[in-house]
Parts: sequence; C-alpha cells; structure tokens
Amino acid sequence: MSNDSVKKTLLVATLLCVFCSIMVSSSVVILRPFQEENKTLDIRKNLLLAAGLIDNVSASRDEINRAYEKIEVRMINIDSGEYVDHIDPAKFDAKKAAKDPKMNKRINSSKDAAGIKTRSIYSKIFFVKENGLIDQIILPVYGKGLWSTMYGFLCLSSDRKTVKGFAFYDHGETPGLGGEVDNPRWKSLWPGKSVFDEKFNVIVDILKGSVNPGSKEVYRQVDGLAGATLTCNGVENLLHYWLGDDGFGPFLRNFSENGGNI
Amino acid sequence: MSLKKTLFDPIFNNNPIALQVLGICSALAVTTKMETTLVMCMAVIIVTAFSNLFVSIIRNHIPSSIRIIVQMTIIASLVIVTDQVLKAFFYDVSKSLSVYVGLIITNCIVMGRAEGFAMQNGPGVSFLDGIGNGLGYSIVLIFVAFFRELLGSGKLFGFSILPLVNEGGFYNGNGLMLLAPSAFFLIGFFIWGLRTWKKDQVVGEK
Repeated sequence: MSNDSVKKTLLVATLLCVFCSIMVSSSVVILRPFQEENKTLDIRKNLLLAAGLIDNVSASRDEINRAYEKIEVRMINIDSGEYVDHIDPAKFDAKKAAKDPKMNKRINSSKDAAGIKTRSIYSKIFFVKENGLIDQIILPVYGKGLWSTMYGFLCLSSDRKTVKGFAFYDHGETPGLGGEVDNPRWKSLWPGKSVFDEKFNVIVDILKGSVNPGSKEVYRQVDGLAGATLTCNGVENLLHYWLGDDGFGPFLRNFSENGGNI
Repeated sequence: MSLKKTLFDPIFNNNPIALQVLGICSALAVTTKMETTLVMCMAVIIVTAFSNLFVSIIRNHIPSSIRIIVQMTIIASLVIVTDQVLKAFFYDVSKSLSVYVGLIITNCIVMGRAEGFAMQNGPGVSFLDGIGNGLGYSIVLIFVAFFRELLGSGKLFGFSILPLVNEGGFYNGNGLMLLAPSAFFLIGFFIWGLRTWKKDQVVGEK
C-alpha cells in the first residue's frame, strides 16, 4: 500500500491517535492520586507555615500531617458571617466555587479592591487550637497582584486584630521583585502588626520603602518590597477587601460578640 | 556522520539556539532560577530524544500529507506525559515552571529535529540527535540562568552566594536580570563568544 494513499493516511492517523490517547490518558489516570496528594500537602504546608506551626519549607509528609491535627476547619457564609454546616469543607474548593453561579456572588466593581470580580459566598475558616482553645484564626485570602492572582493565608491571633502570620502559597509575580512576597524575611515583618483598629476598621498599610521605626504608626505599617510597588498595592488591596465589610469583616465582628467560642 | 558527532555537534558546532536561533522564547521565560532551568532542560532533552525516536521508528509509514500533524501529535503526547510526571513527583518545581512545560510542544527545536533529522535517519541515531540538541539547548539555558540568578538574586540553586542588601549583605540585586529581556543580552553575549571562538559560524556579508 502506498504511503500517500487515502487509506494509508487514514489508517496511520487513526492508529497514531488511538495510541497517543491511550498513552496520555493512562498517564493522567495513573498519576492523579500522586498529584492530588501533592496539592493537598502543599496547601496544608503553606497553611502551617503561615501559622508558624512548622518552620521548615521542606517538611516531610508525616511532619505536615502531624502538625495539621491541630487545625480545625469550619465553613462560613462570608456575607452573614455565620457558620454553615451543609457544606463539607473537605469537598469545598474556593477557586471552583467562585466561578459556580450557584455558589458565587458578583462583586460590585467599586468595592472590588482585590480585583477578583466574583467570589464564593462561602469560605473555609481554619482555627489553630491549643488545649481546646482557639489560638489563631486563619483566613484564606486572594487577589490580583501585578501579573497574577495571589493566594495566601492570613493568620490572626484570637483577639482578631493582630497578625500572627501571613504567607502566599500561589502567585505568578516576577521572581526576585514581586515574587518576594513569599520571601521569609518579608513574611517575618508581619507578625505583631495590627490589621484593625478598635472599631474593626481596616488600618493595615504597606509603605513604599521602609517603615520609620520611630513613627507611632509602626504597629500597623509594613515595609514595601523594593521594585514591587504594584504587587504590594495588590497585597494591601486584597487585605482591605477580605478584612472589610464585603469580606471576613462580619465574621470577625460576630466572632468577638460570641466571646471567641465556636 | 559518526555517533559521537551526532551527539556532541549540537552543543557548540551546531547549537540550536546560538546558530539556528530556535527555541528562544522558553530560554527567556524559565531562566530566572537554576533549579527550574535544570528541570526544564531535562524535560526538553527527554521530549526531543523520544519524539525523534518515535518519529524515526514510524518514518517509513508517515504519509507526507499529514507528516507535520503526526509529529505534532507525538510531541504533544510526550509533553503531556512529562508534565504529568513532573506534577506527580516534582510538584514544587512544576509549580514554578507552570505553563512552560506545556509550551515545549511549541518549542521549534523539538519540531525542527523531528522534521529535519528523524524523518531521514534511523531510530538510534535520531535518539542521540535528540539528546544532543536537548543538551545544546540546555547549555545555553544554564549559561543564561547562571548569570540571571547570580546577578539578579545573588543566589545559585537558591543558596546565597552574594548576600543581598535587603537581607543584610552587600550585594544590590540587578532587577533587570530578573526580567525576561536580560536573557536576550545574555544569549547575545553567548552567541558573540561562540562566534569569536568558532569563526565559521559568523554570517558574513554577501
């Protein structure tokens, strides 16, 4: 049979497609469990790093899972600030929910400081418990930086105003400039800073340049990253959004009225 | 052509990036850090080698009217499998490589070798040619990444070599090195150096 006959062309094309699709789909199916595990571990690791429960970036699987036992996950309705029990946090995916018309809400562009357009009505909230008492509240936050959407965790102490830790686990900012949002040195500037004033107005501020250590605003100001003004603006905006009235503001206020118990 | 020549020629004598000027885009994108660069290089070597191998094995049965599509299909499948393996076993690195592994599909080197070499040569020698060209690509990427990571962030493989000012050291990182255009300059210097050493690569005025 000649190579260029129609029959041969169809035959080669069909065989090749069948062979390649088997190869591709079997690799996807076989490797999926490993990938899923990596993903969960990676998010857990970043959560624990932000909360300061582990300090080793290359922590092993066992270390991560052991430290994660201190974490309790709850679902809340962001708008009402109340707990909801009809959603299983293990199955909830905020990225998917933000795109699902049944789960999401459009953000009015005048309020959309984080630049995310839609967000899920529900969110996971994590608590770090020490001896049965809540020690930290961990909020998942995200928003637009210069190039990408940055995903991170903000850990507040149980007074809800003081930062315990803040870290991004997924972003596509310029390495070395905006990408320094995940630099341990910069992250270490956050613990101890106040994000709210007494009335739960968001007051956290990222400066352009360094904080003057003599200033009386030191408690709410953080050094900006050199060469990454736009990324820093993004970080500040997303904090203002997620801590504000359209974000976790209602939940955090509720939480104080409940006296800090779940 | 001897086997040794097939394997080593593409590194300096017939470098795909420096002489054929193929595959520039990924050379700009993934070279800010040595670690990601090395993984990217491995991925390209593997894909080029195996796509050459498979194309060469079936080269006598490929109808010429659909030959490019056939090559593309093989390359694309290999790239997807590579990407899946990276996601499963080198999660951190694959996260920083993001879409660029997928973009190996459009890397002209892979396609160029499949069409230009594997279609006319036997499987063994095509496989070596693939490795050779992958190495040629790698050497340029490693050269670029070495200078970008060292001068841009004062590190190599994430270890601090020149401690940065904002980490308490003395070295003020060069921001340009972290941005894609710096790779153009570095590739330019590489080609300049290479053509000064090997005069026959100079494209003269005709």
